[in-house]
Amino acid sequence: MRSMWGIVLALAVGSAQAAVTDVTLDNGLRVIVQEDHRAPVMVSQVWYRAGSMDEFNGTTGVAHVLEHMMFRGTKAVPSGEFSKKIAAAGGRENAFTSRDHTAYFQQMQKDRLELSMQLEADRMANLVISDELFAKEIQVVMEERRLRTEDQPQSVVYEHLMASAYQTHPYRRPIIGWMDDLQNMTGQDARDWYARWYVPNNATLVVAGDVQADAVVALAKKYFGSLPARALPTRKPQDEPVQVGSKRIVVKAPAQLPYLLMAWHAPTLKDWQKDTTPYALQILAGVLSGNDSARLQKSLVKTQQIAVNASAGYDAVARGPSMFMIDATPAPGKSVAALEQAIRGEIERVQREGISAAELARVKAQVIAAEVYQRDSLFYQAMQLGEYAIAGLPPEALAQRVDKLRAVTAQEVQAAARQWLVDDQLSVAELDPQPLKPQPHRAAVAGVRHDN
Amino acid sequence: MTIKQCLIAWLLCLPLSAQAAVVIQNWQTPQGARVYFVESHELPMLDISVDFPGGSARDPAGKEGLAQLTHGLLDQGAGGLSDTEIAHRLADVGADLGGAFDRDRAGVTLRTLSSTAEKTAALDILVRVLQQPEFPQAVIKREKQRLISGIHEAEADPGTVADKAFYRALYGKHPYAHDESGDPAAIERLTRSDLQTFFRAHYSAPNAVIALMGDISRAEAEAIAARLAAGLSKSARVAELPQPVSAPVSDVHIAHPSTQSHVLVGAVGMARGDPDFFPLYVGNYVLGGGGFDSRLMKEVRDKRGYAYSAYSYFLPMQEAGPFQLGLQTKLDQTDAALKVAKDTLRQFIAEGPSEAELTQAKSNLTGGFPLRIDSNKKILDYLSVIGFYNLPLDYLDTWVDKVNAVDVAAVKQAFARRLDADKLVTVVVGAVGAR
Repeated sequence: MRSMWGIVLALAVGSAQAAVTDVTLDNGLRVIVQEDHRAPVMVSQVWYRAGSMDEFNGTTGVAHVLEHMMFRGTKAVPSGEFSKKIAAAGGRENAFTSRDHTAYFQQMQKDRLELSMQLEADRMANLVISDELFAKEIQVVMEERRLRTEDQPQSVVYEHLMASAYQTHPYRRPIIGWMDDLQNMTGQDARDWYARWYVPNNATLVVAGDVQADAVVALAKKYFGSLPARALPTRKPQDEPVQVGSKRIVVKAPAQLPYLLMAWHAPTLKDWQKDTTPYALQILAGVLSGNDSARLQKSLVKTQQIAVNASAGYDAVARGPSMFMIDATPAPGKSVAALEQAIRGEIERVQREGISAAELARVKAQVIAAEVYQRDSLFYQAMQLGEYAIAGLPPEALAQRVDKLRAVTAQEVQAAARQWLVDDQLSVAELDPQPLKPQPHRAAVAGVRHDN
Repeated sequence: MTIKQCLIAWLLCLPLSAQAAVVIQNWQTPQGARVYFVESHELPMLDISVDFPGGSARDPAGKEGLAQLTHGLLDQGAGGLSDTEIAHRLADVGADLGGAFDRDRAGVTLRTLSSTAEKTAALDILVRVLQQPEFPQAVIKREKQRLISGIHEAEADPGTVADKAFYRALYGKHPYAHDESGDPAAIERLTRSDLQTFFRAHYSAPNAVIALMGDISRAEAEAIAARLAAGLSKSARVAELPQPVSAPVSDVHIAHPSTQSHVLVGAVGMARGDPDFFPLYVGNYVLGGGGFDSRLMKEVRDKRGYAYSAYSYFLPMQEAGPFQLGLQTKLDQTDAALKVAKDTLRQFIAEGPSEAELTQAKSNLTGGFPLRIDSNKKILDYLSVIGFYNLPLDYLDTWVDKVNAVDVAAVKQAFARRLDADKLVTVVVGAVGAR
């Protein structure tokens, strides 16, 4: 993300309302509109199907660096002016980069959509990346990496685990890029990336809010319609070979407490009508940690008291493969090894005995309620539409998501656990905490007080 | 889903605003609980928050962590139900029980579907949690351990270390000085009786602010509020907190094995309801609150590439909250970045914003006004702030006018009254020699 203060992403689940408009302009730009007339505001997002998974070794992180450079000016709108114009119109704006995509958004009063489109269309085609501004911005990105990864032990563990769990798939690389690649990145790398992917036929415009779909499409034609399509590079599948045995790594970092992260390879939703496993794995994550006394919390945190925290997560929607993950922090005096055994015990219990009808009903009730709650956030509705589009899933898949989850049976959950949560598919990372030892204090000057 | 998540600090510095369309209804229950209600039937759901002056500033000396532990224990056994029964009953109807905790406030939130069966079950749990928490011995022992582990885990994070040191340096002996989560040694010593006493004194009807937002009628809102308040203790409203005194100039350096220094600069700022609120809030947009529009972001990040984030804010609290300026930068440019930030602050205090900058700030704040109240959740948060801090009911209606009324002279005068560039607290975590 360009700035961490911009947005707080809720982890809500559920599907958007019906009546989504989904059209593609002649130049390949896809336009998706979700009308929602609760408040006189709208959110507009431009999604590019270009994320860190589309990068090459040596220039990892360039998708995210380009995201930063998108605010550094075009001929018509010089550096800083994009943000200034949106701000003057009362807007909030930011951008975010993931493995699968890079997206830019503005939240504004409903009648200011035209400004947002005008500016986005301009920087889709006319970005100027000067070496001088690039040199400044790459420093900012390196600071972002230090802030979010280098100095956060659990982030370091996650980064190492991904690099180990995936042998060939580009998901093995961090979104923000390796530090060495950032240090050696050039303005030309960013210009090449922009030339390769920033075209209307690689973009999806998502607008949600108090708008009329017809008017949105007309505006999109007006501002984006004249931008020419260009052929996109061939995307290689880069499929991950089947893992042939468990993997285990230890990461040392300054910290007070150890930490455990376990990840099993898992499928994503591809044929949304026929696939059943991704829905079953979502239910399984809910059974394991969907409430304060779900299995992991109840067994590990409350009863055995072997962990102070434990949770499970799984994301079914992505361009590439997924992982089913469990992370936990051991309680004082408990070893990571014992904690891992306890987690394995819970997995085996599901595989052996399945889940109860009450547990299944509980998770489904949460899914149904979350679908209502999610409608309270315009931004999240747009996010989901964008994520589905990027993953190659139609809006119908989102609209019927809750029905598909409601159809999951206890047998399917047990079968999914048996098939996917197996040792040969597992990678385990352990944080081995190193002392936060006192370092030599800065040379004292008059009036300076030292703590610790 | 335990009641532990803290409100993000900057949420509290958001000003309150609303369209004319938001009609706030306000009354008191016979027991003295203050109620704020907005009726809205667009979504089939109901949000409730109940706040008490039971934040960490209410920790008795030597019991730092009592307020946090009490808050965290509310839903871990109440009204004859175990922690597991509470969690399961909520999940069974898709309800979310949450909470907010900071130095001033301890709050519980409930989000539920408004259909009768779901709502009834969810409210039943909320009533038990607020009125009859049991604080079981075994759960106290477990949650003490988890709270202490959380404190230790956060010690690896240079940002958290800096934040704690900042409040210590700024507030000295004032109850805002110690961290919200408390002190591990003090937490070890807490007893069940401590929790029960704290609960009775602070989670009382006269102390309660109940906010309701969503798909219920006025009559039903009254019934819910009455039921919630009726079972609370009758303890009188808590005394006011002492007023903070200005902190002595200090320069705190803490070694940390991080790749960046976390730099915080600040002073004691303003309380909620301060007459200078609008000049300081609007002025700070120009200084460091307006993101990419702000001087700090331009000077520290855009021009020099020193940091990913550079900001400033006033955090208005019950008593004067902090003014804080912050950035993070790699170790060897700490001094250079700190100098740029302090120079930017010094110049702003001396000269104030330009007319153009102020116009831009006002355009953004007033033009972005509808975004502040575009969801039930946001409106609920504002109801809770209005109630807890006793802000006038028309605060929302007059907000835009008050922003528009701010001029350059008002900003300059307000900043000059609050901040002296030669009397600041500076905290640097990471620092030279750490690696």
